[in-house]
Amino acid sequence: MSIDNKELTSESAEKLLAKQALKAEYKELAIQGLWKNNPGLVQLLGLCPLLAVTATVTNALGLGLATLLVLVCSNATVSAIRQWVPKEVRIPIFVLIIAAFVTCVQLLMNAYTYGIYQSLGIFLPLIVTNCAIIGRAEAYASKNPVAQASFDGLMMGLGFALVLFILGAIREVLGQGTLFDGAHLLFGDWASVLRIEVMQLDSQFLLAILPPGAFIVMGFIIALKNVIDAKLKERQPQVTEQIIERVRVNFES
Amino acid sequence: MAFWIASSPHNHNQTATSALMRLVIYATLPGVFAQWYFFGWGNIIHISLAVMTALTCEFIVLSLRNKKNIRKQLFDGSAILTAVLLGICIPAIAPWWISVIGVTFAIIVVKQLYGGLGHNPFNPAMAAYVMLLISFPLQMTSWQPPLALMTAPVDFANTLSIIFTGFTSEGYSVEQLRTTVDGFTMATPLDTLKTNVGLGFTVFETLENNIFGEHFAFGWEWINFAFLIGGLALIAKKVIAWQTPLSFLFSLFVCSFIAYSISPDSSASTLFHWLSGGCMLGAFFILTDPVTGATSVKGRLIVGALAGLLVYVIRTFGGYPDGVAFAVLLCNMAAPLIDQYSRPRTYGHTLKEHDNEQKGLK
Repeated sequence: MSIDNKELTSESAEKLLAKQALKAEYKELAIQGLWKNNPGLVQLLGLCPLLAVTATVTNALGLGLATLLVLVCSNATVSAIRQWVPKEVRIPIFVLIIAAFVTCVQLLMNAYTYGIYQSLGIFLPLIVTNCAIIGRAEAYASKNPVAQASFDGLMMGLGFALVLFILGAIREVLGQGTLFDGAHLLFGDWASVLRIEVMQLDSQFLLAILPPGAFIVMGFIIALKNVIDAKLKERQPQVTEQIIERVRVNFES
Repeated sequence: MAFWIASSPHNHNQTATSALMRLVIYATLPGVFAQWYFFGWGNIIHISLAVMTALTCEFIVLSLRNKKNIRKQLFDGSAILTAVLLGICIPAIAPWWISVIGVTFAIIVVKQLYGGLGHNPFNPAMAAYVMLLISFPLQMTSWQPPLALMTAPVDFANTLSIIFTGFTSEGYSVEQLRTTVDGFTMATPLDTLKTNVGLGFTVFETLENNIFGEHFAFGWEWINFAFLIGGLALIAKKVIAWQTPLSFLFSLFVCSFIAYSISPDSSASTLFHWLSGGCMLGAFFILTDPVTGATSVKGRLIVGALAGLLVYVIRTFGGYPDGVAFAVLLCNMAAPLIDQYSRPRTYGHTLKEHDNEQKGLK
């Protein structure tokens, strides 16, 4: 009886440990996706759509949400079929899966948010070639269970969408002096109240809207992240390694 | 007793950066004076605005970078020179924020973000000019006609008021100032020529427009001439090398000569190309920038020739009337590569050995 009890307690302890480990992993995944390993800011993946469509917040959010959806679905699918995919042909299979989801998203946007669909143009189908998505499929989803893989996709997608949003906001304010211009194209008619006139510009600052402006603003955002990282590192208590000094033992004296 | 023996060269050139920069700034004075004489106070106001902004930006960045001896770096003249050059290039009656935004971009992004003086791959003044031209095409092409051709005279107070408020004290807007008696908006000679040739006029017909004056380009020819004098003084003082301007002007001469020989009706003469737009300023003050230009003798000749060709191509076939700024930026990009392939032979090596060394065989 007592032995049974002991086994039970050790089992529950193991379960608790596993639960904690899982929790820690989810936390780590969130930190990695949103900050430490952000696909836009740190891995610098998917720069082409990132720089091309972020002239306004609405376009940026449209592409960000589309990428997020594709990333979650493709990660989940890749992870679910990971036992049956031969290693040699995994990349074409991943691409096929991603392309299938991109087609779905594209058709959905064509049906429900036609204005955004038009202004995103070629960059919507080009999500297929976004390295961030195939990178996550290869690096994480093909080796981990479905739940974790989907969560990883969600966090990476959120990180990417966040960078798109910030970049779009800065460029829209600098370029046109507005925020959420044309949001009704993405969220429906009620969203036209979201439009904010930040400042009245006599003439557009075209550089912010053109691609070079995207590169410059992106550079500033990355620099800001590095500054914050450096500040955080400074604040952490410095772990001083204990130095073991060799003592010379002189027997003669 | 020990003699300290330094290795050669024993004769050092003692010129400091600040002295060099000061000389270049002095050399722009004839050109600035000519601009003042023909176009009024606009450019001088823009130059002073630009210098103040440049010093402020430079000070902010230098203190952010925790530089020691800020005072010395701040007044070494490089930021002031950038501001002066940009102020010269900006249209005289552009709004005040044009020069402020331009210089802020030049100093903070083009110069200091790349590591400050001596580390910038692009000429700050020209990069800022191109940025302004792309961002604010309307303001950057609102050129003021020469004072003698204007219907409403603008004095210092009027110029100041039009730069800061957009209207003169009599209530003329920029557009009204640019309109002639006939009701046409005046453009620069280069712009007019380009438009008219595009419309099917010949160059001779176009040159009858009074914007071209008696010779080539009213006002502009004297400004360019003044910059030429300043540039020649710089060469005489050995501040800049003669190779770049010479090969630039020669290349422009060859291009325009060929075009003029083939079809004189649709292409302007060499002297028109030499004496209009930013030609002389580019040749003597921008392309000779020691940081962003080529350093070897052969390299300077190549860069100058390339710039001349590019200026001609952009002026004739491009979308913009003047191409000096774009040509300079493209040459800045090419300069390191040109330097790599035009390294001078080192003494003490045979030719063959040297060749192998360059090919990396050894």
